[in-house]
Amino acid sequence: MIDALWNLIGDDLPALQIAMPLLTATVCVIVRRPMLAWAVAMFNAWGAVVNASILLYRVWTRGTISYVEGGWPVPWGIELRIDLLNALVLLVVTSICAVVLVAVPRSIANEIPREKHYLFYATYLLCMTGLAGMTITGDAFNIFVFLEISSLSSYALISQGRTSRALTSAIQYLIMGTLGGTFILLGIGMLYMMTGTLNLVDMADQLALLGVNRTVLVAMACLGVGIGIKLAVFPLHTWLPNAYTYAPAVVTAFLAATATKVAYYVLVRFAFSVFRINLTLDGTHGGALLMTLGIAGMFAGSLVAIFQDNIKRMLAYSSVAQIGYMVVGLSLANEHGLTGGLVHVFNHAVTKCGLFLVLACVVLRMNSTRLSAFAGLGRRMPFTFAAFVLGGLSLIGVPLTVGFVSKWYLVLGALDAGLWPVAVLILLSSVLALIYIWRVVEVGYFTAPPEDADEVAEAPLSMLVSTWILIGGTLVFGVWTSLSAGVASAAARMLIGGVS
Amino acid sequence: MISHLIPRVLSKLLIPLIMLFALYVQFHGDYGPGGGFQAGVIFGAGIILYSLLFGLDQAKEVFPPRVLEIFVAGGVLLYGGVGIAAIFAGGNFLDYDVLAHDPHHGQHLGILLVELGVGITVAAVMATIFFQFAGRGRTDD
Repeated sequence: MIDALWNLIGDDLPALQIAMPLLTATVCVIVRRPMLAWAVAMFNAWGAVVNASILLYRVWTRGTISYVEGGWPVPWGIELRIDLLNALVLLVVTSICAVVLVAVPRSIANEIPREKHYLFYATYLLCMTGLAGMTITGDAFNIFVFLEISSLSSYALISQGRTSRALTSAIQYLIMGTLGGTFILLGIGMLYMMTGTLNLVDMADQLALLGVNRTVLVAMACLGVGIGIKLAVFPLHTWLPNAYTYAPAVVTAFLAATATKVAYYVLVRFAFSVFRINLTLDGTHGGALLMTLGIAGMFAGSLVAIFQDNIKRMLAYSSVAQIGYMVVGLSLANEHGLTGGLVHVFNHAVTKCGLFLVLACVVLRMNSTRLSAFAGLGRRMPFTFAAFVLGGLSLIGVPLTVGFVSKWYLVLGALDAGLWPVAVLILLSSVLALIYIWRVVEVGYFTAPPEDADEVAEAPLSMLVSTWILIGGTLVFGVWTSLSAGVASAAARMLIGGVS
Repeated sequence: MISHLIPRVLSKLLIPLIMLFALYVQFHGDYGPGGGFQAGVIFGAGIILYSLLFGLDQAKEVFPPRVLEIFVAGGVLLYGGVGIAAIFAGGNFLDYDVLAHDPHHGQHLGILLVELGVGITVAAVMATIFFQFAGRGRTDD
């Protein structure tokens, strides 16, 4: 029975990866009861993790998977194309989605009115649909469509925050995000005009024949700006701090670990697979530009983070800095540098999602994420605060944590490229991370809580479990790197090797 | 409240025709101009015209928001369900060829059901959006 089923659907896993969250989202709307909708979403999310793991295993053992939707042959039909690069990103996105979902019911219980919970789960799954679709599709226009699905649902999720600032932040993100989406559409339109195809592989072949001309350059610029906005690369990051600060706590944890990561994947895909590296980075000073912006982001994000009173906002600015690292890794355009950028997608997703889940625990019990709420938290909520400390260490890049692995590859990449000042700057910016993490740790362990403070209980088990899965992940993948760095470096070899 | 007698009587004549035309656009979409999206918009326009002339409360009794919500989800579910059915019939996702004994019939059936799903969702979404905006600022909401 199971064999028969597997024979039918075994080859259709790429399509199910996108179709199942979409369909379960509608089931959530129909069942309506919050806990039932949550159960449906959980079933789907963990199924998606299994699905993504099988796909990654298949790509690793048998090579790139190509799946045509509706039986229309490539390059006319829509192709789902999974190689090492997006299989890894897909696994990150689905895992984060599933782990965060464990913590969702307790966390949104006091942030979102109960009658809206089923819609929350539906929107959450729609966002997952869009992100998974962007990751595995092999069609340029399809990327735009899924980008819009994920963006629209993330605006809706952000606007559910408790304060009215959530609404204005969502609108701000909507305006910036729509601008970004429009630029991406413009870029894709120009590429379609020049190549007559929307299939990414076919497009790359046509562009290689075509060579450089002005339309292709403008398309590249449009795509760069558009994806840059979605990725929140400095100085296009202005939507990010507000959106992360005022969104419901679990939404921040989810989006911080997935939305920008998928945008980074799209940037890598266009830069290395579609335009080919020599065109993107060498011919147009694109590499120098990206490196400058990345380094500026590393420092600007970290410096601003040091002066934040709201810890959620501090971590949001820290995300801007971490995106800087990824962009620097891309701009180095050698094997170690790109590995560093890609492995940082994995590592930063795990770390930052864990840290934002810690804040979800804190906001649940203390009703605030201001620095003052952390006073004495090391004794009042020991498990939660220990998770913050470990996540913070990973953000700084201490050995045995995942942060160290990423920075190791980035520094190696910078040295390979003969740019030792860049390596020094990467290490210097880690010191800034040390400062902003230490501020919180100091308050948490060495400041007494106010005299009249009420007793606070430790965070609920479901939230602690998902927090510690991720924080445990920062340690596990800091030591055992075959999954993260192994796949990332193979993907980097594939991307770099495709050129020379 | 002004009675709007003439528009009400006229719309009673028009609304069934509008909805019938929507169904024509829906099911003739395979052969001529039309399809699920256009049909859904026309059907939704019929619902909106009804609520404009007979009031929001009465319109909500005829088209309960909860039912509309199920239609919003149900249309997508129908669309995706056709795709999943194609997988279980041995084809790729949304490959209509395998839906019937003959590929041509399969294509016909597949596009008919998919467009019906689009039509249902679009009509329900149009009505829902209108109800949401028209209902803003009311005390009973």
